[in-house]
Amino acid sequence: MSNVPPDLRYAKSHEWLKLESDGTATVGITDYAQNSLGDITFVQLPKVGAAFKAGEAFGVVESVKAASDLYSPVAGTVLAVNVALDGAPEKVNRSPFDEGWMLKLQLADLASVQALLSAEDYAKLIG
Amino acid sequence: MVDFAGWYMPVQYRSILEEHKAVRRAAGLFDVSHMGEVDVRGPEAGRFLNHLVTNDVGRLYPGRVLYSPMCYPTGGVVDDLLVYLRGPDDYFLCINAGNIDKDLAWIREQAARFDVVVTNRSPDYAQLAVQGPKAPAIVQSLTDVRLDLVKYYHFTEGTVAGVSCLISRTGYTGEDGFELYHPAAGALRLAEAVLAAGIPHGLELAGLGARDSLRLEAGYPLYGHEITADISPLTAGLGWTVKLDKGVDFIGRAALAAEKAAGSAKKIVFFKTGDRRIVRAGSPVLGAAGDVGRVVSGTLSPILNEAIGSALVDANAAAQALAVDIRGAKIALQLVKPPFVPAKKT
Repeated sequence: MSNVPPDLRYAKSHEWLKLESDGTATVGITDYAQNSLGDITFVQLPKVGAAFKAGEAFGVVESVKAASDLYSPVAGTVLAVNVALDGAPEKVNRSPFDEGWMLKLQLADLASVQALLSAEDYAKLIG
Repeated sequence: MVDFAGWYMPVQYRSILEEHKAVRRAAGLFDVSHMGEVDVRGPEAGRFLNHLVTNDVGRLYPGRVLYSPMCYPTGGVVDDLLVYLRGPDDYFLCINAGNIDKDLAWIREQAARFDVVVTNRSPDYAQLAVQGPKAPAIVQSLTDVRLDLVKYYHFTEGTVAGVSCLISRTGYTGEDGFELYHPAAGALRLAEAVLAAGIPHGLELAGLGARDSLRLEAGYPLYGHEITADISPLTAGLGWTVKLDKGVDFIGRAALAAEKAAGSAKKIVFFKTGDRRIVRAGSPVLGAAGDVGRVVSGTLSPILNEAIGSALVDANAAAQALAVDIRGAKIALQLVKPPFVPAKKT
């Protein structure tokens, strides 16, 4: 059974987004995603300052099985990336919602957050 | 769980990387029951097999195991296999799961003019592999057979955990260990006994993913990758298995002798990159002036913490600086003579 924290928003492409108290957003991939990928061996993240549209690829997550694109759930600009994943990509497997965070974004608008799935709807999606 | 050659098998039980490390550090238990087993018996069994395979079957004595490719007349590979000599005119073969039907058809066709009986025993046998530095102690605790007297690439027959086994000191990981061939009905009992004896030593169940990363780290070929119908054992760097001078003709000998005399046009090379991005099979290999070949196997070595793999390249490419392109980044290939980690089998 995958873990689906109720306070997060979700993209159909299995990224999660947390709206922080300062209005920024933290992004990562879900427990379902890390489990499907298997051992994660490499995470390619963008540079600080890069801007993405909702649904645009911002990086790549590699596992022993395959490499998959990572998609920004919302439109925004990268404020920070989790550099710890460089040497320890397994953090994404062990702690996908916490230590395995990938990006902190400056949101371009709040509407695209609303368009994301609730925890309940995401849980239905992954079955 | 995935469909592997028609078998439902786990890619991993827990984690490919952790299972791989467990085998190198302690021990792993692999269910390799999907592999094929064939009896070859009769007055001409030895003569037939020495004609069928490239290595010298004449070097076998009861209790010894031989690794060999068997080739087409072109020198391309039908499969790689193990040949066991059990007793007079009594041989046992272990063949790859994905090639069972093809191999049997080929073997039977080639056997037609020899006084031998070829029997497919694959459905009767299960096989478990216990591999790693702790493997001998674990298996010894389950048998009265003196395993210290069974040297590498030798075998004996005896009872392990009450199950009748062909106990083979062979494996596909580069570690010491045993492959236990036994009647399918005894498989669960044997597996449970190995787990009970082994878990306190650090033994873990290991799946297909770890099986592949371990064999690649050890520099062992996988049929369909480093050896194929189009890649001869000479091209694959397995010249030691091709005994052109064993004194009898064998299938593919003329083609292989010609390839040896002319030099192989291509060769399989092994590489590491110093980078964690896995180089995927099929990726073009770039040399000084363009494409010089393609990657055939690639994974992350959990021991070296970098990408390792093998590639089929033009023979003169090995002298050039080689690289691959991963998502726009040019990654240099450092050629390595395998094994990537020191071989520990005794």
